[in-house]
Amino acid sequence: MGEPAFRPRYRVGDRLFAWALNLSTWFYVALIVGLFTVLLAGSWLAIKSFGLHFLVASSWDPVTGHFGALPFIFGTIVSSVIAIAIAAVVGIAAAAYLAEFAPPLIARPLAFLIELLAAVPSVVYGLWGLFVLAPVMRSAIGPAIQSKLGWLPLFSGPIYGVGMLTASLILALMIVPTVAAISRDFIEGVAVDQREAMLALGATTWETVRRAVLPAARPGIFGACVLALGRALGETIATTMVIGNRPAISASLFAPGYTLASVIANEFTEATTQVYISTLIGLGLLLFVISIVVNAAARILMHTVLRNVEER
Amino acid sequence: MPISADVFTATARGKRSGEGPSKVQLSVRSLSAHYGKRLAIRNVSLDFKPRTVTALIGPSGCGKTTLLRCLNRIHEVTRGASVSGVVELEGQDIYAPGVDPVAVRRRVGMVFQRPNPFPTMSILDNVVAGLRLVGECRSRGEKLEVAERTLRLAALWDEVKDKLDRSGLSLSGGQQQRLCIARALATEPEVLLMDEPASALDPISTAKIEDLMSTLAERYTIIVVTHNMQQAARVSQETAFMLAGEDGVGELVEFGPTTELFTRPKDRRTEDYITGRFG
Ligand SMILES: Nc1ncnc2c1ncn2[C@@H]1O[C@H](COP(=O)(O)OP(=O)(O)O)[C@@H](O)[C@H]1O
Ligand SMILES: [Mg+2]
Repeated sequence: MGEPAFRPRYRVGDRLFAWALNLSTWFYVALIVGLFTVLLAGSWLAIKSFGLHFLVASSWDPVTGHFGALPFIFGTIVSSVIAIAIAAVVGIAAAAYLAEFAPPLIARPLAFLIELLAAVPSVVYGLWGLFVLAPVMRSAIGPAIQSKLGWLPLFSGPIYGVGMLTASLILALMIVPTVAAISRDFIEGVAVDQREAMLALGATTWETVRRAVLPAARPGIFGACVLALGRALGETIATTMVIGNRPAISASLFAPGYTLASVIANEFTEATTQVYISTLIGLGLLLFVISIVVNAAARILMHTVLRNVEER
Repeated sequence: MPISADVFTATARGKRSGEGPSKVQLSVRSLSAHYGKRLAIRNVSLDFKPRTVTALIGPSGCGKTTLLRCLNRIHEVTRGASVSGVVELEGQDIYAPGVDPVAVRRRVGMVFQRPNPFPTMSILDNVVAGLRLVGECRSRGEKLEVAERTLRLAALWDEVKDKLDRSGLSLSGGQQQRLCIARALATEPEVLLMDEPASALDPISTAKIEDLMSTLAERYTIIVVTHNMQQAARVSQETAFMLAGEDGVGELVEFGPTTELFTRPKDRRTEDYITGRFG
């Protein structure tokens, strides 16, 4: 009655809520900055001793104190890129099948199964890779590929079973569920009117999916792939079990390799000298930076692609 | 070149116009449609004349949209939906066994209630989307030719000719709807179904789309759903009035020339509806 007519209500609540949001956002920013600082401080000794040369050197000999990060950067990026290339194709196809083509009676259990696969611990994938995939790679898959494509440097040399290709395949297997499950949600989320618009023009179901549904779901599918790629880059135990753990850069996918995450996990307990420990922390810093750069690049790429289409 | 899907199937060649205009373009007989177990429309029979605007009117929920969606076989896309009865397009039953619904939809175009341009395509690509499906309109020249022709027909050309590469979403609601009309016309259908094409639009856009219908009726058979009786009276030559019965199932109450139906309705329920006594 005596109150002004347009007095805003719930002011206190609004402000509390805004503060809570601000706080949690800044908490994560602080966490990332803190993490970066700790890694930087821990690897300072290595950075001081080797400088930028560390990034391009490829020798790795803890005994003589020669440390180069290149084989690990190479192994991490190559295995992850191959894995995401395979997983994107398989995962998106699976998602489209589940969302658009499979009868509900099949789609539901299958979708559930895929979500379960995403929850399987990576050490299980690693065990399977080591005891099933690696022997088959050595005795069957590898020789089969080599007999056809052995003239390519990519598929040359001895086949050990463990190696870059095996690791990539295991990584792909691990991240397919991520791609498939998230993509499926976005594909199912595409509005009915988009589908019907295409159908009404005389499109078949397949054409409707390809020309209306998948393009509309593209941002979500892209996000799923970025998430999966992040998982592949940082995957440690499964890769360690099947990549062969040899710090060498080879053109052949059958050759063993090594990744940043694997070498840290493998050698941290054995690292005796200060420089050795500092170097391993430096590799952790590199992995951290690579992950952030890949994520940022993906985001920028997505925004430019979307803007090109929508605001042209 | 526009496509002309002569036949529904590769095998059965049917007769087509060209032997002079037939009196009936689309003939509906004893049509009933279900959503799952729920019967939505019952036993509808009526004939649509060629190059005529026919309006479907009636209160909300009486089954206008359902009937319309049975005419290009898009009703069956809804999960659990089914249809019984006969719909003949120039003498051929589109529900006969072996008929490909995709081929039907190339001959019977549709404009939806809510404008639905493809958001990831440019205005130009939206217009030719239907032609691209059959592998036509690959070059930009061909696309521009089709776009100019159909966008002029849809009275949108002057407004978009300088921004054909922009997204369809950059247009206003009324422009989007005319874009959808151009898109439907690009594949040269014989029949154009329009489900309350102006219900989401402002009065000026509505007037443009109403004008458009009269122009289009010179070449196409138009069936338009509207719950706006003035609109039906303005744009159509024939009107069908539908109403849901006691059991909630939609039925055709009266069908005839628009002037007659509005001035001398034969059925008591039609009279009640057009005089605003219910609905
Ligand atoms: N997808 C659907 N699932 C179930 N029932 C539906 C569906 N669409 C429409 N109906 C029902 O069918 C009847 C007719 O609906 P509709 O054809 O949309 O009417 P109108 O277009 O005349 O408003 C309504 O009772 C409606 O509830
Ligand atoms: Mg309706």
